[in-house]
Amino acid sequence: MRRGILAAALGLGLSVMLAGPTTADQSQWGPYQVGEVRSGYTYAAGETRDMQDDDFVNPAMLWVDGGAELWETVDGEAGKACASCHNDAAESMAEAGTKYPVYFEPSGKMMNLEQRINFCRTENMKAAAWKWESQELLRMTTFVRNQSRGKPMNVKIDGPAAPFYAKGKEFYETRRGQLDMACSSCHVDNAGNMLRANLLSQGMSNGFPTYRLKWQGVGSLHRRFRGCNKQVRAEPYSNGSDEYVNLELYLADRARGLPVEAPAVRN
Amino acid sequence: MATAKPRIKIPAKAAKGEVIQIKTLISHKMESGQRKDKEGKKIPRQIINKFVCTFKGKEVFSADWHGAISANPYMSFYTVATESGAYEFTWTDDDGSVYTKSAKITVN
Repeated sequence: MRRGILAAALGLGLSVMLAGPTTADQSQWGPYQVGEVRSGYTYAAGETRDMQDDDFVNPAMLWVDGGAELWETVDGEAGKACASCHNDAAESMAEAGTKYPVYFEPSGKMMNLEQRINFCRTENMKAAAWKWESQELLRMTTFVRNQSRGKPMNVKIDGPAAPFYAKGKEFYETRRGQLDMACSSCHVDNAGNMLRANLLSQGMSNGFPTYRLKWQGVGSLHRRFRGCNKQVRAEPYSNGSDEYVNLELYLADRARGLPVEAPAVRN
Repeated sequence: MATAKPRIKIPAKAAKGEVIQIKTLISHKMESGQRKDKEGKKIPRQIINKFVCTFKGKEVFSADWHGAISANPYMSFYTVATESGAYEFTWTDDDGSVYTKSAKITVN
């Protein structure tokens, strides 16, 4: 009798285990998983996901609102606002969040969204460039990227972008710092494992600029890069450096097909 | 963010006696007073220390906030809709400034 119960319990446990991973992995995450590629959303705690899911609770929406105001604000000697040329951001910026960084002919290198915004400011608006990680630049970047929310990441890596993509990939796989770790050491080899108290994600960039609870505010992808580099005790590059923009390109391709989530909420 | 910006979400309409949820969020750095700047000097505490919601002069809900409340604090609570009018919300800052916002509801 006892053995019977034990066998039944074992059988039940086994069938749950067998059924668990396959069904859960395929359907559980909806758009946040494409094949093997999983958004950071799927690694976040339930409470954190709830914050992101409700636009009222998501504190990063304050940055989106702030960006919407800046979009309409005239600045610089040309007497223009973003809206003077680009009109309704919901239309004109609908794809912008999915395709940056792009190859920029005049400079002969890649340009990311922050740099594009500042290029517009200095060249077209004749206004001063915003400082990297300033609240203005964060608000505008978050606002612009938010216009593409839900659209799949779709960056160009062929043609003139190809050599920069290769550089980004090389950066990603190069060990650095006193801990001698590459980006891939954590985000490819150990995604899903714990790094002390932290669950390592695949390091997808589709949610940036992101509201990090640790930061108590919105931060750029390059700020995150700098944090990662410091954690392996490597000298971080500066925000907007070529190294980081190339890395951003590689990451955007890694996240291909995932929906733009900006602004995401992460721990 | 330099100036605190409050946001309120309440249902526009409700039936008399209905339980409604009120959601509030305000942008504020909520500087805890525990952090130090680059020179090692303490950054003085500056938080919102009181949140009050009133309806026609009567307090509906209030909360004292302390040092461990996160930046951009979110607060939600429930109340019973009794009559049409405006809910008044006030947040009191350590530096004495008061941020206010009101939200109307129609009860029938």
